[in-house]
Amino acid sequence: MAGHSPPPFFKRGPAPLAKLVFFVTVSLAMLVSDLNMRYLDGFRQGLSVLAYPLQMAAASPADFVRNASDYFASLVRLQIENKDLKARQLKGAERLLRLDQLEQENRHLRALLEAREKQSVKSVVAEIMYTAKDPFSRKVILDKGAQAGIEAGQAVVDDIGVIGQITRVFPMQSELTLLTDKDQAIPVMIVRSGMRAVLFGSGNGLMELRYLAANADVQAGDRVVTSGLDGVFLAGLPVATVARVERDQAQAFARIPCLPAAGVERFSHVLVLGHQETLMSRPVEPEPVAGKPAKGRKARAAKE
Amino acid sequence: MQPTHSSRRILLPVRMWFVYTTLGLALFLNYVPTGHLPGVPDVVALVLAFWCVREPVKIGIGAGFLFGLLTDIGVGAALGQHALAYVLLAYAANELSRRVLWFTPVEQALHVLPLLFMSQVVMVVVRLLAGAEFPGWWMFFGSFVGALLWIPLHYVLLLPQYQPVERDENRPI
Repeated sequence: MAGHSPPPFFKRGPAPLAKLVFFVTVSLAMLVSDLNMRYLDGFRQGLSVLAYPLQMAAASPADFVRNASDYFASLVRLQIENKDLKARQLKGAERLLRLDQLEQENRHLRALLEAREKQSVKSVVAEIMYTAKDPFSRKVILDKGAQAGIEAGQAVVDDIGVIGQITRVFPMQSELTLLTDKDQAIPVMIVRSGMRAVLFGSGNGLMELRYLAANADVQAGDRVVTSGLDGVFLAGLPVATVARVERDQAQAFARIPCLPAAGVERFSHVLVLGHQETLMSRPVEPEPVAGKPAKGRKARAAKE
Repeated sequence: MQPTHSSRRILLPVRMWFVYTTLGLALFLNYVPTGHLPGVPDVVALVLAFWCVREPVKIGIGAGFLFGLLTDIGVGAALGQHALAYVLLAYAANELSRRVLWFTPVEQALHVLPLLFMSQVVMVVVRLLAGAEFPGWWMFFGSFVGALLWIPLHYVLLLPQYQPVERDENRPI
């Protein structure tokens, strides 16, 4: 009897275990390539087009709640806020008036120095819509995306200081990774001593200055600002204050937890800064001194 | 009387469009931005487990993978994180289906709790290996809430399959 197959109600496709192994392998491969190599951003963009309408619909209850609470905000609170804003505007007006004059002066001085002019930074005001649901990271979703000219890698500040960096851009919204996200790094400078360092998010709502020697000149209360060395963040934006310094003789580095300066974990309006001017190209490496025996591949390449 | 599935009612066959509609609705609920609120259940995992237990021949690992990917994208997780968890969940639910269906809804919920818990543990392990921060123990509270939701869900999702109880006075048996 040829072609004797089981009746159709026993048909289940490939064996469940085979299917399981296949799909587990695929998901693990996706995880590795997404987390380590960022290969799948195009794929994510494609699928996010599918998910976007559903996402928007799901976000609307949150929108509604937010708007309703705004609507019922008490008159008193608004009056207080209004007074506060007026006071701040007055305080700012004086500095703003001087800013014009300073900018003018700066331009002249730069021209004198033949330095390249700093491009004026184009920035976009955006609103934080909601916190991303992923409990393993600290990310928020902004209401402006590629259509407003936002690009991945841009710095985001609020009225007090830096709060994070854009990590993914969708057509109508973008994902902002907060500075307190674990291992989110930012090059900084300590204002008092002028020492440069790298500030990392430590995950528990705080940040940490890593790789500073145990005898480094840091004190509790020191203000930490961006150093601008990365070409992403403008120099001099407030980032954090040093909370305390724990020097342990057994370890080479001090443990220095810092408190974020800006309202990193609060909901408000933020400013997405445009890219800083492109960094100067690396200086040309000096020619190997004649007479000294050249060694290594680099020297051979230079000779040819 | 012969032992039957404990619902003790003969159900109409399931309609596949209803299965996928409920999964889509669950996806919508998962997309609602609740932030890091503790105790929010993973509704897609729950509905997926339900259909994998109820219809092990029709719904399984493939659907788990697809809806896992869609969840990953919606909630901003690592791509493949929910997919992996749901694939394992769907497999386990399919395998357990012949046992679970003999129990009452409350007892079924006790069977589903370890499944939901396992899917969360898988996600935590994967992300911690990749170097993320541990979100805290409150996160696992979600699977307990999910198991509690199984009891009402059991009635709601089977509603279209119930048929009116026909009382025929003259029926011989």
